[in-house]
Amino acid sequence: MRWIAIWRRNMLVWRKLAAAAMLSNLADPLIMLFGLGYGLGVLLPSVQGMSYIAFFAAGQLCTATMFTASFESMFSSFARMHGQKTWDAILHAPLTIDDIVAGEIVWAASKAWLTGSTILGVAVVFGLASSPWVLLALPAAFLVGLAFASVGLIMCVLARGWDFFSYYMTLVMTPMMMISGVFFPAEQLPAPLLAVARALPLYHGVQIVRPLIAGGPPSGLWLHIAVLLAYAAAGYAGAIYCARRRFSS
Amino acid sequence: MSALRARGLRKSYGALEVVSGVDLAVAPGECFGLLGPNGAGKTTTLKLCLGLIEADSGDIELLGEPVPKRARKARARAGVVPQFDNLDPDFTVEENLVVYARYFGIDSTDISARIPALLDFAGLAGRGDAKIMALSGGMKRRLTLARALVNDPQLVFMDEPTSGLDPQARHLIWERLRRLTQEGKTLVLTTHFMEEAERLCHRLAIMDRGRIIAEGSPRALIAEHIEPQVLEVHGPGYEAWMERAKGLAPRVERVGDTVYCYGEDVEPLLKTLSGYLSYLHRPASLEDVFLKLTGRDLRD
Repeated sequence: MRWIAIWRRNMLVWRKLAAAAMLSNLADPLIMLFGLGYGLGVLLPSVQGMSYIAFFAAGQLCTATMFTASFESMFSSFARMHGQKTWDAILHAPLTIDDIVAGEIVWAASKAWLTGSTILGVAVVFGLASSPWVLLALPAAFLVGLAFASVGLIMCVLARGWDFFSYYMTLVMTPMMMISGVFFPAEQLPAPLLAVARALPLYHGVQIVRPLIAGGPPSGLWLHIAVLLAYAAAGYAGAIYCARRRFSS
Repeated sequence: MSALRARGLRKSYGALEVVSGVDLAVAPGECFGLLGPNGAGKTTTLKLCLGLIEADSGDIELLGEPVPKRARKARARAGVVPQFDNLDPDFTVEENLVVYARYFGIDSTDISARIPALLDFAGLAGRGDAKIMALSGGMKRRLTLARALVNDPQLVFMDEPTSGLDPQARHLIWERLRRLTQEGKTLVLTTHFMEEAERLCHRLAIMDRGRIIAEGSPRALIAEHIEPQVLEVHGPGYEAWMERAKGLAPRVERVGDTVYCYGEDVEPLLKTLSGYLSYLHRPASLEDVFLKLTGRDLRD
């Protein structure tokens, strides 16, 4: 549990800049949610038995969580590692690169969880979700955050410069957002694309959160949890491997 | 027992061997200097001793702990002042110390009690709330030094502690380092300021191309490697004068347009100086030893 010192360091910085950080993590997804939700919602009275805005809220919760986790674990972690040399300073204390990787991942997941749970709170306040089942979306958001934070940190420790992240964002995150059932049901995709979506973490996050917002238990819950955990675990192992390589030279 | 002991250290990056068989022994309470031109392997040697990178061969013991096997334990009782300041820019002076202490498992109340003394040591008393951006280079360096002391270490590594500082700031750092030695702390520093090494270090090693090529106290090194007097001469006609000087001094060297004469007694040479020649007569220094042993070629 030595990594907690690193989590607390990031938390202390965040507290100083909380207003700006919250705004940048929440403004975009909420504007999208209400803009698209109410705008398109007029044309689409009901999707899978839900109002379009409630349907989209589940997708947007997961997408915003993904973006927060990814931005934090790529750009912010890279700034600490590369620009500020904060990691170098930490390594001079009795902490190791493994501790730093764990601290950074859990931190990014925590920040992502805050985004996800705030969007959930807004959804509840606006009456888009009312059943107690939505409470289970809170741990689900953390799990989505953990999966994307771990993968994002691999990108961070592989990066030689800031441009590197554009590849991952443009080639991985944006298409993933389009096929994971965020804006429309993934089931209407051609079979090969649906198969790709089912191998990706965002799809499984949406599959957990959407039924909870609708007010019932998700089907195939354990499979969805298993996929997200697998991404988190594999990402963590990969990030440790790549970070050790980077810092041993 | 040594505070730091290394035997047969080797480390390569690809085909380039950066550290090629280094042996070190630093006694407790000693101020030990590692000197060398850029790229000599000093920083790599420090990283090996801290267990941040693994040696290809050789063994290290830092404060009684084998490194890298128990490097974490060893680092808990050591401090590090890195070559480039890496203070946390988002934090105040005091927060930098509190957060760094947490990395050592020291909780906020324990470190808070020590903060006034640490700030005082750093010459930053009353500046605990200052932002890092607002500090001068010397202040940042002193804060980095204070940060290295949060765990009350027995040994402090310093990688070029006064690089880039003005003379006032440098003298203040030297004074603090001497104070640490008086408190019984072991210091291991790398530098290429010979004056710094001469003033601070009880003992030093000169490193070049991954090897230690000389070791001893500053005075012993000067006595062993260099004649005690130096005369530097330049100006119009220095080439003709150099020919005369060769018969009067045991060692005469030309570097660019300057003639360096080394000897027990350079008085006879002084009498031959005439015309427009400029000269500097001085006792031999560690810098002469350094340049003699590592050569005058640029290391880029």
